[in-house]
Amino acid sequence: MKPRHKRLVFIVVGLAGIGIAAALILNAFRSNLVFFFSPSQVVAQEAPLDRSFRLGGLVKEGSLERLEDGVTVRFLVTDNAQTIPVIYTGILPDLFREGQGVVTQGMLGEDGVFRADEVLAKHDETYMPPEVAEALEKAKAAGAGQVEEGGEKP
Amino acid sequence: MSTAGINWFKYSSPATFYPLAGRMIPWFAALAVVSAVAGLYLGFFVAPPDYQQGDAYRIMFIHVPAAWMSMFIYVVMAGYAALGLIFNTRLSAMMASALAPTGAMFTFLALWTGALWGKPMWGTWWVWDARLTSELILLFLYIGYMSLEAAIDDPRRASRASGLLAIVGVVNVPIIYYSVQWWNTLHQGASISFDKAPTMAATMLAALLVMTFACWMYAIAIVLMRVRNIILERERHSEWVMGVLEEEK
Repeated sequence: MKPRHKRLVFIVVGLAGIGIAAALILNAFRSNLVFFFSPSQVVAQEAPLDRSFRLGGLVKEGSLERLEDGVTVRFLVTDNAQTIPVIYTGILPDLFREGQGVVTQGMLGEDGVFRADEVLAKHDETYMPPEVAEALEKAKAAGAGQVEEGGEKP
Repeated sequence: MSTAGINWFKYSSPATFYPLAGRMIPWFAALAVVSAVAGLYLGFFVAPPDYQQGDAYRIMFIHVPAAWMSMFIYVVMAGYAALGLIFNTRLSAMMASALAPTGAMFTFLALWTGALWGKPMWGTWWVWDARLTSELILLFLYIGYMSLEAAIDDPRRASRASGLLAIVGVVNVPIIYYSVQWWNTLHQGASISFDKAPTMAATMLAALLVMTFACWMYAIAIVLMRVRNIILERERHSEWVMGVLEEEK
C-alpha cells in the first residue's frame, strides 16, 4: 500500500465515521429539531402543553375573523385531520392567507384555544403567475360546482 | 488499442497552471457578465409576478443560485482539500484556499437575501429552523477554514490542518440540502430537485437557471484570479515565478 492510498483510506473511513456519528446525533435530537407541531400531534398530546411551542398547519378556509378591537384575530389551524383554534393580537405577515400555511408560536390554553404571540406565514415551493393561479381556481370552482349541481356562489 | 490518457499531474503543477488560468479568466468573466445581464433581464422584465408574493419573490433569482453555490463550492473545496492531502499536490491546497472566500460570500448572500425576503413574507428576519441553522453553520465552517489557515504560518501545515477541517465539514452539506425534507421547517421545500418536475412557471425557471450559470462563471473567474495570486505568493522563491515577474515589469 502506497502512502497516498493509506491517506485515501484514512480520509474515506474518517468521513464515513463522522457521517455515521452525525446521523446518530441528529436522530437523537430529532424531536428537538422539529420546528413546529401539527394539530394532530397536539391532539395526540405530543406537544409540550406546559410551555410555549409552535403550531403549524393550514389556515382553514373561511375561519378568519377579526374581533372588535381591530388587532385581534381568530382563526382555525388545520392539517385536514384535526383543527385547533388560534387567537392572536398583532400584525399578520404578507403571506398570511386562508388556505395557506402558517406557523404560530404560543401556548395552548386549558380551553383548547392556542394563544399565539407570534404568527409566521409558511410559503410553499410553488411559484406561478397570477393568471395561472386564477385559471386553476376557476377550474377548481367549476369542478366543485358540478358536484353541487351547478350551485353558483353569491 | 490503448490510448494514453491526459497527464493530469501536468496540470497540477503551479507553473503549468498559472498561465493556463490566465488564459481562461477572460472567457469565464465575459460569460459571467453576459449571462448575468440576460438573467437579470429575464428575472425582472420577462418573468411574471407570483400569484401570492407579487414581485417580492424575485429575490430568489439571487437567493437560490447563491444558496446552491454556497453548498457546491464547499463540496469542491473539500474535494480539493482531500486531493491535496492524498496526493500532496501543492495546487490542490491552493485551489481549496482560493475557493473559500467566494463560498463564504455566497453563503452570506444566501442568508442575507433570505432574511430580507423573510421579514415581509414570513413575518420574521430569522428563525432557528433546521435549514437556516445549518446554512449558518456552513458560513461558520467557511470562516473557520479561512481563520485556521491564516493562523498557521507554514503554508504546508496550514493547508493540512484547514484541509482536514474542510473535509470534516462536508458532512453538513447533505444536512442543509435535505433539512427541509427530514424535518418540518419554516423554509419551504425545494422547487427544483432531482426527482420531480419543477414547481414554477417556465420563464421564472429560465431566469433562475441563467442566473445560476452566471454565478458559476463568476465563481470560476474569481477563483482562478485568486489562485493565481496564491500561486505567485507561495512559489515566489522559485525560478519560474521570478521569470514571470521579470516579464511583467
